[in-house]
Amino acid sequence: MSKELPQISLLGDSAILVQFDQIISEKLLEKVLFYKRLIQQLYVKQKVEVINTYNSILINYFVAIEDAYSDLEAVKEVFQHNNNTKNIDSRVFEIPVCYDLDFGIDLELIAKEKNLEVSEIISLHTKPEYRVYFMGFLPGFLYLGGLDKKLQISRKSQPRMKIEKGAVGIGENQTGIYPKVSPGGWQIIGNCPLTFFDKNEDIPTQILSGDCIKFKSIDKQEYRQIKEQIKHGNFQLKKLERNG
Amino acid sequence: MKVLQPGLFSSIQDYGRFGNMKYGVPASGVMDRYAARTANLMLRNDANDAVLEITMMGPKLEFTAATKIVISGAFLSPKLNDNELENNTVIEISNGDILSFGRRLSGCRAYVAISGGFATEEILGSKSWYEGISEHQKLQKGMEIPFTEDALSKIETFAALKFDDKYLRSSKIEVYKGPEFDFLSEEQKSQLEASEFSIDQNNSRMAIQLQEELSNELDPIITGPVIPGTVQLTPSGKLIVLMRDCQTTGGYPRVLQLTSEGIRTIAQKLTNEKIKFLIQESL
Repeated sequence: MSKELPQISLLGDSAILVQFDQIISEKLLEKVLFYKRLIQQLYVKQKVEVINTYNSILINYFVAIEDAYSDLEAVKEVFQHNNNTKNIDSRVFEIPVCYDLDFGIDLELIAKEKNLEVSEIISLHTKPEYRVYFMGFLPGFLYLGGLDKKLQISRKSQPRMKIEKGAVGIGENQTGIYPKVSPGGWQIIGNCPLTFFDKNEDIPTQILSGDCIKFKSIDKQEYRQIKEQIKHGNFQLKKLERNG
Repeated sequence: MKVLQPGLFSSIQDYGRFGNMKYGVPASGVMDRYAARTANLMLRNDANDAVLEITMMGPKLEFTAATKIVISGAFLSPKLNDNELENNTVIEISNGDILSFGRRLSGCRAYVAISGGFATEEILGSKSWYEGISEHQKLQKGMEIPFTEDALSKIETFAALKFDDKYLRSSKIEVYKGPEFDFLSEEQKSQLEASEFSIDQNNSRMAIQLQEELSNELDPIITGPVIPGTVQLTPSGKLIVLMRDCQTTGGYPRVLQLTSEGIRTIAQKLTNEKIKFLIQESL
């Protein structure tokens, strides 16, 4: 029986890169996360971090790899001896978003371009469970999959110099939350009061690659309440039960 | 240690905020690990103890306690009070001594290691300064930088360690082929191998851009992992060498990957200096 291996190669002298097909899919993510977990077990005693993106696993060493040949072989063996069979349990977190026009500064523009009511945009955005593929770009920035096709819209032709912390945006087939003030080209539809990255926590964020999130529409008063709760350290991220 | 004058850009760095890539946090850390390590080991510190990384124009610093230091990496004509100093030797410091720097004679980044290491705040497992993570990003006038004051008990030093400074003058940057190298045309590949490139003025701890452009018809890739030393090719044909403060993921083709030696060599280059990639065969 022959098995198709992903591409496994050195990245410089301090990392190994595993690459699967160039696609974005939840099925591939499951596979990536399954093998990521197995690879992590190879390295429990070493200063090595194993991360994933859509279709890659990066094995990043703190210093140059001592025996690259045998480490590459060990990683290849993981794929030869294991089949991805079971799905990984994922959790669903509820993420509050205020879609008030004061925050959703591009909502009316999108409504016009897409021929939708603002309320329809909100319901299309809050309906899906979005899969968290990984974090990157900025500390705490989630790469999410699952945006409704009806909401896909091109980026701003002229990126904004300053987008507020917590801004929720749409760009092409992606949606996401800016974890801090930064420049950006996405169309902004609301603001999330949560903090996605807290450097003072031992684990800076509770949401991990493979989890799901669902947006919940809140009004301005709830938004302010949650901000207060976060300030006083008594906000609890809500975990949703999966239907069925 | 008190900062009397901040210089151009100096920051506290160790080997970086390792293990936080999964949160999208840049690793940061010293640009030239070899120089930082040499300076630390001469003081019998750990290789990755926090050091002061100085870029081109050094600060003026006043010590608030007796200690020992070693300066390594670029040669920026260091002086203790009125006495000229050498790099890569252990220097005894008394309370009130003033360390300053003058003309740059070689390299771009110098490192000051101090007995016991600098004792600034550790965040996510590292003392490295990075905007948005640490309180400070660079030295500023009037700042106090803490260090371990009982460090004098560690009298024994390791002065026999030799620092090989040839790379400070070398223009050869050791690289491996990157994940998307094979998608390049033959012409692009030979351009990468044979051409000289110049360091663009757009260079920082995050990335070093090169001036000469490559023709480029490659499509962007699905966002994937990048690490310090990854060379990205942008749609406009610019080559960008990612450095220690780089983002954790990117969508441009990764055409080359610098070796550890390549990273420290390019970290010591100034705007307009020429470099040439030396492609090594990988396993």
